[in-house]
Amino acid sequence: MNISVLIPAFNEEKKIGEVVRKLKAQGYGDVVVIDDGSEDKTGIVAEKEGAKALYHVINRGQGAALKTGIKYCLRNGADIIVTFDADDQHSPEEISKLVEPIINGETEICIGSRFLKNTTNAPFVRRLFLRGGALLLSRMYKLNLTDSHNGLRAISKSAAEKINLTADRMEHASEILEQISKKNISYKEIPVTIRYTEYSLNHGQKSWDAFRILYRMLFRRLIR
Amino acid sequence: MVEAISVIIIIFALFAWSRALLRFKDKKIKGSEFSFWTLIWLSVLVLSLNPELAGLISFKLGIERPVDLVVYSSVLLLFYLNFRIYVKQEKTEQEITELVRELALRKK
Ligand SMILES: Nc1nc2c(ncn2[C@@H]2O[C@H](COP(=O)(O)OP(=O)(O)OP(=O)(O)O)[C@@H](O)[C@H]2O)c(=O)[nH]1
Ligand SMILES: [Mg+2]
Repeated sequence: MNISVLIPAFNEEKKIGEVVRKLKAQGYGDVVVIDDGSEDKTGIVAEKEGAKALYHVINRGQGAALKTGIKYCLRNGADIIVTFDADDQHSPEEISKLVEPIINGETEICIGSRFLKNTTNAPFVRRLFLRGGALLLSRMYKLNLTDSHNGLRAISKSAAEKINLTADRMEHASEILEQISKKNISYKEIPVTIRYTEYSLNHGQKSWDAFRILYRMLFRRLIR
Repeated sequence: MVEAISVIIIIFALFAWSRALLRFKDKKIKGSEFSFWTLIWLSVLVLSLNPELAGLISFKLGIERPVDLVVYSSVLLLFYLNFRIYVKQEKTEQEITELVRELALRKK
């Protein structure tokens, strides 16, 4: 089984090198980094550590980057695509837990959850927003999920071929769930650790962004 | 008796319609879009030539002052046009993304 690890990255030169190195140390040879129009050296740093870097000439968002990466991985014969964050919040050792059920033919997609076993040190407000989001989306799409916005997932080739992302920015997380529901893709939640550090909190999104994401999600439904 | 404001509105409507016509001739807008604008500017023309018609319509619609009818319909029209721009913008964004993606995949 060919496993590709796909990392959407935007201005992550400080962390990406370490992340790629750790993945390689865990034996993941195919690491694909999508440098999404970063203003820093994200792509170059990733290449130095032996990752394949693809470059978006301008920033198009995490959803757009994932779609580019999925296309690339499928073309290059990946059987399983693992999506992974560039900001060192995920643990490479845990990938095997997500990949296993797919190899066993148990399910088509494994979604990481930081709340299934409460394996996160997320601050209170972030927790609230993430829990609320998961509740809302589970209702909307009739899924059974505790964490809807987790960047760590394992996607089988069959699922990757079925999922067609159209949302460029952060709304893609809900779009994936929508398609899992509508296209009857089998899924399984796996507990994963998500580390919140000063870096990730200052660098990443703010909780308020949730409102913008929700607004864009609803707007997109309106114009489709 | 035609008032000065009516003349200004009529001239503007004719000007705006001629713009639409030119863009239609250049194939920059579709026939349906051209008909839409023709309808809009034609009704502006008719209404400014026959102000009493506005009074009649607003009366039928239960709007007290004819001016309010003009304001209401303008707001509705602007909302609609704004929405169309949003939709178009969204489409353009997707096309840009597709272009950026092709470039990323092409560079080896
Ligand atoms: N390609 C791309 N990746 C992005 C963009 N914004 C963020 N990312 C990457 O997406 C991953 C997660 O981004 P974060 O902003 O930390 O969002 P998050 O991890 O979902 O949110 P928290 O962990 O809860 O703070 C990281 O690898 C980022 O580098 C973007 O505009 N384009
Ligand atoms: Mg993060």
